[in-house]
Amino acid sequence: MAEFSLPKNSKVGKGKKMAAADGATNVKTFSVYRWNPDDGENPRMDSFDVDMDNCGPMVLDALIKIKNEMDSTVTFRRSCREGVCGSCAMNIDGTNTLACTKAVEDVKGDVSITPLPHQEVIKDLVPDLSNFYAQYASIKPWMQAETPMPEKERLQSYEERAKLDGLYECILCACCSTSCPSYWWNSDKYLGPAVLLQSYRWLIDSRDENTGERLDNLEDPFRLYRCHTIMNCSNACPKGLNPAKAIAEIKKMMVDRQG
Amino acid sequence: MSKANRPLSPHLQVYRWGAHMAVSIMHRATGAALAFGTIILVWWLVALATGPEYFSLVQGYFGSIIGRLILFGLTLALMQHLASGIRHLFMDAGKLYSLGRNSATAKFTFVFSVISTLLIWYMAYRAMGAL
Repeated sequence: MAEFSLPKNSKVGKGKKMAAADGATNVKTFSVYRWNPDDGENPRMDSFDVDMDNCGPMVLDALIKIKNEMDSTVTFRRSCREGVCGSCAMNIDGTNTLACTKAVEDVKGDVSITPLPHQEVIKDLVPDLSNFYAQYASIKPWMQAETPMPEKERLQSYEERAKLDGLYECILCACCSTSCPSYWWNSDKYLGPAVLLQSYRWLIDSRDENTGERLDNLEDPFRLYRCHTIMNCSNACPKGLNPAKAIAEIKKMMVDRQG
Repeated sequence: MSKANRPLSPHLQVYRWGAHMAVSIMHRATGAALAFGTIILVWWLVALATGPEYFSLVQGYFGSIIGRLILFGLTLALMQHLASGIRHLFMDAGKLYSLGRNSATAKFTFVFSVISTLLIWYMAYRAMGAL
């Protein structure tokens, strides 16, 4: 049975408030989830007033400014700052997205930032994604072919290659999987949208020859079929992909192969 | 640093609802309500088979303000479940996955359930000669 409320050690309290530098006129308040593994306290929401006249346009710019100028202990993952690496995935203003591609001005009122939902928190905005990566490894996300290697590369027609559009762009940021209520309640058994989109990416690759076994591994009450088309995944994807559609295509492949 | 004490990050508490999420949750909730409604329906049929005296007693319950409110709620639940069920049928066939259409049809199920429920009750009251 799904646990709708947070466990006792996870209840979020009120934190400290940090004001912007004197003279700042264009101030935006960022409410940031904090949890320190070393102090034994519950998580809290700290609030930071940021001078937006001296800050870049994206939420990640504001987080970096907070870390540099207001509180150096604020902890988050980031790397490429242009929506390619997927490191800075977090829940901003109630929706999972990448901090680096989310404009501050698109958020009305205060900007609330929490870690990706329903994950174990390592520190502040850093969730433990070990389960997510293990699930990704479980689908064998590489090309499998029995036929002998051709002299050069395995060729695809333009049409075959086009089938990978909307799939290969996935950066595995986990925004979709951690937006999915079904994944919240069953992430131990349900693979979740990101991993299923990746599954489909190999299922329809004309060069992959292991389609049957890949489908066998998804033929399970939980791994694939816990998708109830809630559509949070596709609405969250910061790359504009449609994991729910990919899952529907896998379900269709399951029906088709029964003949 | 103990791994065991790690908190669970907020989920339902922070996630912003859209029509797509609401319609999915309502499909579940109305499904549960309709299971309860079916028991009431069976009770009504059993009363009918038991005899006129017991049937009129049960009819009295159904006709009371609370009874009518429950029946109105069940009509609404049935219409909502019907509409979202048909939407699910399309999605099972691989349709309605574009974000625009998905959201529009989700909102439409709510409009449909309210309007059709009001219509059904209007016609029922008219048929009874109360309007």
